[in-house]
Amino acid sequence: MPGPGASDAQSDPGARDPVLEVEGISVSLGGREVLGEVSFYLLPGQLTGLIGPNGAGKTTLMRVILGLQAPTAGRVTLAGRPHSSGRRPAGYVPQKVVLDPDMPMRARDLVALGIDGHRFGIPLPSRSRRQAVEEMLEAVDALHLADQRVGRLSGGEQQRVLIAHALVSRPSIILLDEPLASLDLRSEQEVVSLLARIAERQKIAVLISAHEMNPLLPVMDRIVYVAGGRAASGTTEEVVTTEVLSSLYGQHVDVLHVHDRIVVVAGADPGREPRSGA
Amino acid sequence: MGQMSTLVFAPGFFHSGAVGVAVAVGGAVAVVSACVGVFTVIRGQSFAGHALSDVATTGGSGAFVLGVSPLTGYVVLGLAAAAAMDLVGIQRARGRDVATGIVLGAGLGLSALFLYFDTTMRATTGATMTILFGSMFAISSSTIPLIAVLAAVALGVTALVYRPLMLSSLDQEIARAAGVPVRLVGVLYLLGLAIAVALSAVTIGAILSTALLVGPAATALRISRRPATALALASLIGVGSVWLGIVLAYDSFYWPPRGHGWPVSFFVVTLVFVFYLFTEARVLHRLARSRAALARLAARFAVHRQARIQAGG
Repeated sequence: MPGPGASDAQSDPGARDPVLEVEGISVSLGGREVLGEVSFYLLPGQLTGLIGPNGAGKTTLMRVILGLQAPTAGRVTLAGRPHSSGRRPAGYVPQKVVLDPDMPMRARDLVALGIDGHRFGIPLPSRSRRQAVEEMLEAVDALHLADQRVGRLSGGEQQRVLIAHALVSRPSIILLDEPLASLDLRSEQEVVSLLARIAERQKIAVLISAHEMNPLLPVMDRIVYVAGGRAASGTTEEVVTTEVLSSLYGQHVDVLHVHDRIVVVAGADPGREPRSGA
Repeated sequence: MGQMSTLVFAPGFFHSGAVGVAVAVGGAVAVVSACVGVFTVIRGQSFAGHALSDVATTGGSGAFVLGVSPLTGYVVLGLAAAAAMDLVGIQRARGRDVATGIVLGAGLGLSALFLYFDTTMRATTGATMTILFGSMFAISSSTIPLIAVLAAVALGVTALVYRPLMLSSLDQEIARAAGVPVRLVGVLYLLGLAIAVALSAVTIGAILSTALLVGPAATALRISRRPATALALASLIGVGSVWLGIVLAYDSFYWPPRGHGWPVSFFVVTLVFVFYLFTEARVLHRLARSRAALARLAARFAVHRQARIQAGG
């Protein structure tokens, strides 16, 4: 199984230290082991895909990184320090955020909550806060939505505003849980290229979970593939192979390259007609 | 001009001590209810408000039996109920069902018993009316300090949790990831809600108290896009309804049956409803449109009939 890959060494030499290291994380929920011995790391300026079938434990892994779920074993190190309770330097966009259309909140109010939403008391108007909010909305191409009710924006627009909310406190990492689910093809491409641009320009580590890797293939620097409670990480070429995925799934899996797409076919004997595409 | 003002404000309005107390207390309570209520509506917790108002009814009627001021009963049982609701887990649909079916039923049953004692044994005939529907003109000035303190506490708590509450109302996972103690914030908010319901019960009655809580807030939320505006607008609508209600109730002394004023809470709740209808202009519009469509349909039918009659004749 490929470890922390040699292939990472060639990209720019200034940003070598991982901003996040996950070492031997195991999680049991209700007596069942969901994740076992998962290890990987994130580098600044890189976009990493957290790929795996539904129910593989991708959300659980993100919750462990955020400190919302205690692992049964292993540890998470953020920027070289083991993370403690309190505010963590990771932005987060959870799966399926449902924003009430009647919520009295404009896009700019939601982004502002990313700066100080955890603080008690009433906020005082501040020019620097307003400026930070507008800069971030601009960075996600949503400045024109600033004064609209956030619950009445389209799915793709909401996703961009939520990304701005997660980024405005200038974290070194941003975690996005299935950000492409339930987006139409065009919004999907917009969000993907936006995230790649953010990783590159702001030099932060971006971790995106998805059950479907193809939309991320053009922009993904590294992949963490989770299946059967275990994970393999490295470049796509290293990880998405018949050998590695077969060992994760615990059964024979075929990896097919069709044009620029990768299709993982599980449960088919070599030589027989593939029964299901994923 | 002078005549105009006596037409609106019946004689003695500005010299009545009871009116003065009602205007002050009613206004303060309306602001508290509106501000807390905005979050009640955002969080979809109108149910919690209802539950608290049912329990407040028990508290108020029990206090009457004991000879204590109803406000004390509202507050004590309201806070106890808020704590219980957190334990039952009122966010979950199942917890709600249990709470509605068993606890609230039992609470209102107790109120029935207490109110029966109040009216039969102590001969305080007004008790039922006062507890259920309030009596704004009969607020004793000795309870004003307590009302002021409670109002300040409720507003203070709401201001304290303002941002984390917004964030956790938006999405609990986002709030947790940002380090918000989601449960603590929820409990503090429930505390504010319990106090708001108790105060509202003093003015428009325990049973009606959610009207002042939810109505102005729901109306404001239809109009305003930003949190601060929603709070200000809800307060304005709440205070407007209460004050206008007081004026109308005072005037109603001269309405039939002459010599008996109508209950203030009737006016307040009706005004809250009317304000809400204004924001439902779209609904009114649609209603008008469907009436037009009906008229067209009827016209076409009439033409058909005419044609048939002519063909037959």
